[in-house]
Amino acid sequence: MSDTINVGAGDRLSRREVVRRGLMGAAGVVLADRLGLPAAMAAALAPRPARAKAVIQIWLWGGPCHIDTFDPKPGAGSDYTGPLEKPIPTNVDGVVIGELLPQLAKIADKYSIIRSMTHGINGHETAAYMVQTGRASGGRVVYPSVGAVVSHFRGHAAGYRGSIPPYIVLTEAQGRFSECGFLGSRCKPFATGGDPGRPRFEVEGIVAPGMTDERQRGRRELLHRLDTLAKAMRGDPALAAFAQSEEEAYGTILGDGAKVYDLAEEKDDVRERYGRNTFGQSCLMARRLVEHGVPYVTINYKGWDTHKQHFQTVRRKLPEMDQGTAALIQDLSERGLLESTIVWWSGEFGRTPRVMWEPPWNGGRGHYGPVFSAMLAGGGFKGGHVVGASDAKGEQVKERPVYPCDLIASIYELMGIDPSGALPHPQGLDVRVMPTPAEGVASAGVLREIM
Amino acid sequence: MRRLALALALLAACAAAGWSEEALSPFESAAPLETRNKIDSLVFARLRRLGVQPARPCSDAVFLRRAYLDVTGTLPTALEARTFLLDPDPGKRQALVERLLEREEFADYRALKWCDLLRVKSEFPINLWPNGVQAYHHWIRDSIRRNVPYDRFARELLTASGSNFRVPPVNFYRAVQSREPQALAQAVALAFMGVRPAAWPKERWEGMGGFFAQVGYKYTKEWKEEILFFDPGKPAAKAIFPDGKPARPAPGQDPRAAFADWLITPENPWFTRNIANRVWSWLLGRGIIHEADDIRPDNPPGHPELLALLERDLITARYDLKRLFRLILNSQTYQLSSVPRTPGPEAQAAFASYLPRRLEAEALIDALCQITGTSERYSSPIPEPFTYVPEENRSIALADASISSPFLETFGRPPRDTGLESERNNLPSAEQRLYLLNSSHLRGKIEGLAGVLRRPAARGGFPAAQRGDPRQDLNELYLMILSRFPTDEEARSVLDYVQSAGQGAGVDVVWALINSSEFQYRH
Repeated sequence: MSDTINVGAGDRLSRREVVRRGLMGAAGVVLADRLGLPAAMAAALAPRPARAKAVIQIWLWGGPCHIDTFDPKPGAGSDYTGPLEKPIPTNVDGVVIGELLPQLAKIADKYSIIRSMTHGINGHETAAYMVQTGRASGGRVVYPSVGAVVSHFRGHAAGYRGSIPPYIVLTEAQGRFSECGFLGSRCKPFATGGDPGRPRFEVEGIVAPGMTDERQRGRRELLHRLDTLAKAMRGDPALAAFAQSEEEAYGTILGDGAKVYDLAEEKDDVRERYGRNTFGQSCLMARRLVEHGVPYVTINYKGWDTHKQHFQTVRRKLPEMDQGTAALIQDLSERGLLESTIVWWSGEFGRTPRVMWEPPWNGGRGHYGPVFSAMLAGGGFKGGHVVGASDAKGEQVKERPVYPCDLIASIYELMGIDPSGALPHPQGLDVRVMPTPAEGVASAGVLREIM
Repeated sequence: MRRLALALALLAACAAAGWSEEALSPFESAAPLETRNKIDSLVFARLRRLGVQPARPCSDAVFLRRAYLDVTGTLPTALEARTFLLDPDPGKRQALVERLLEREEFADYRALKWCDLLRVKSEFPINLWPNGVQAYHHWIRDSIRRNVPYDRFARELLTASGSNFRVPPVNFYRAVQSREPQALAQAVALAFMGVRPAAWPKERWEGMGGFFAQVGYKYTKEWKEEILFFDPGKPAAKAIFPDGKPARPAPGQDPRAAFADWLITPENPWFTRNIANRVWSWLLGRGIIHEADDIRPDNPPGHPELLALLERDLITARYDLKRLFRLILNSQTYQLSSVPRTPGPEAQAAFASYLPRRLEAEALIDALCQITGTSERYSSPIPEPFTYVPEENRSIALADASISSPFLETFGRPPRDTGLESERNNLPSAEQRLYLLNSSHLRGKIEGLAGVLRRPAARGGFPAAQRGDPRQDLNELYLMILSRFPTDEEARSVLDYVQSAGQGAGVDVVWALINSSEFQYRH
């Protein structure tokens, strides 16, 4: 277990020097340029070729408690642990996690834990925006979330040819805090609707119950016969785009697109392994989407805002989360997909380390942004490590802070997305993938320790 | 629905009135092109110079639907469509324009547009908060409904002081992501001058920012109330008008007033030009300066005389925007068919035909609800206080862009972050098509139509006496969905389908009409 940076080759040292100054990626290149560093050194700072092809983001909306999951504090007393006093060892020596995560404990060698995530924001919306864009809200630019940026660089404009949209959310959109920002609607996620936990996963618009392919075709013919305007205006570019969108839609309805969503194609024991519930089957669905080449899948996993009845809720939800997440990582690994797929587990913040026993909370936990945990696996992230540490009571960062932009920049680097690359802004503002030094965003460098 | 299918199954090869006397589509009229007003003289003269043949005049049915959608964002009911189409009065188009300009939906729909441009949303990244949004939207809508002269509307927005609840136009300065003077200047310039931040050098923004350097904000003890005021305690900055003239505001006076007075004079090179060009683009689908909010010396108008004409007219009318609407709507240019006779982007840019474009998200869902007798539910559980919209409210009347709705988002409702016209995305996408071709949401609505057909009186049109006559049934469907009578060829296609498909065919016909480009586009 190491919180320190491995010493690498000479050029890596220079890179680390830059990182140590609190600058990273984009900034690094700019800095190298400004300091007049040799071109070779600047090149060393540029992103390496992509190791990851896809990201599965498990988003625990509401804020999961770090102490009950990946950063247990048995020594802090029951005012902090509540009844969850007995964290469990994992298959990695020295790494201990929460007692409700036995499946994840068996595969700790496959993922790394970050115990020093921090941004200090305690509001859901502003914290979610920070964790998903790497920037603070309230400026003049509305930034895109990671999924939208990946969609921009790996989606249709970048040659993606899948019949499934490149950025999928299972099952409901996260809403206005983690969206396309100024990149606009072409980078919006496609929200599937429906419930993968039910016998038939009815993806809104794609899987229509009781509708045979034959009737679909018959209807489509009728539509073409009755679309008199389209006939009168053949060759018009606006209507040609309309026809093109129909072509794509039917490619999904009648083609492979719909089959991807058919979980009945999976063996029963596979489905059991993930857990027969919405979250578990969403994890399975995410694996199927990634297998089909979708570069970004978000599982929008709600219900973690446990102000009241905290322990009752986590006793119910954590086992489900444990099973689904562990099955996903294990399954990706067995299929050889983990090497090219990043699994990113996080909420917008942690929860107050000290249990709020007083009314009206009666054993709840509030929002907590000063320190929280995240988990990363696959796609070039090493397993079995713990990055950073919180203090004895899980209240502050003790070692190696990790800011949201550090984690996001690490994901981009592994995806081969240049952090200094430009994003197209509708008003022509110069906006970079990651914050430039001039933006003054707090950073402690990419997660070189686990890359 | 089964009843309809059976009725349609009886449909004989009926030869009813049609448009087939010559090879015109139902979208065109055989009437000769007229030069109706000054707009037409200028547009047609330019088309002649370009060697472009204008499209034919549009048919009554097309005009009816187009005018309803462009003026009120609302589809005509079957009854309204039938009444208009059968009306023999040659002046019926002009009369319709007058009626539509007086409808409540005119105010709803124009307020929707202004709320896009003024970034009306309760939260993130702009934080007007729900009560502020409601007050602001109400003020904007009411100003439009009362036809407040546009120069006064602008001046009130730019010079207001007071509480965001009690003096709603102060929300103009709250609906900006940054409260730096230059950011306020850029918001003002985009909204009222059609100038984007990149169009001007830094110094000009600094100079204009001087007018907004003493805008103060303070909270009160009332929850989410904010007072906007002239704060002499803030350091004054040097204020220079964008045309280069320095301002000399008296000490202790709010420099915003000096700016507003400079802005709204008829001689101002941006103010009248911006709004005249925008109104034209809202109705014709393309600005004379394109894009409509990108006025700069290196983006000149495609037809300078035409824009100058509109500007003069607006000044003469003392900024009565309805008069400008009237002038454009009654022109032959506006009433051209969308079927081009000289195809190509150059002819389109010269307004040789009406540009087809997809209905906006809100107008589209309202049209679907109207046809199917269903409604949408909107609410927002964040931020506080929570917003619940009464179910009978139409989507074009929604005040707040923060109310989430998968439909509206899929169909390109703008997030209202920047105030740019292009934020609203009316381009088609596969996701949108999937939704309308195949979703449970639309399926539920179409099945609701069965109920509409059982309640004809309530929905307008479809008199009970005519039930059982398949051609009448089909007429009603077409009037309801496409605002016109079906052609003979279309009636035959429907009959063939109904005979081969059997049960469920009625639903399929409705589905097909709704999924046609004719329904989803204004044309």
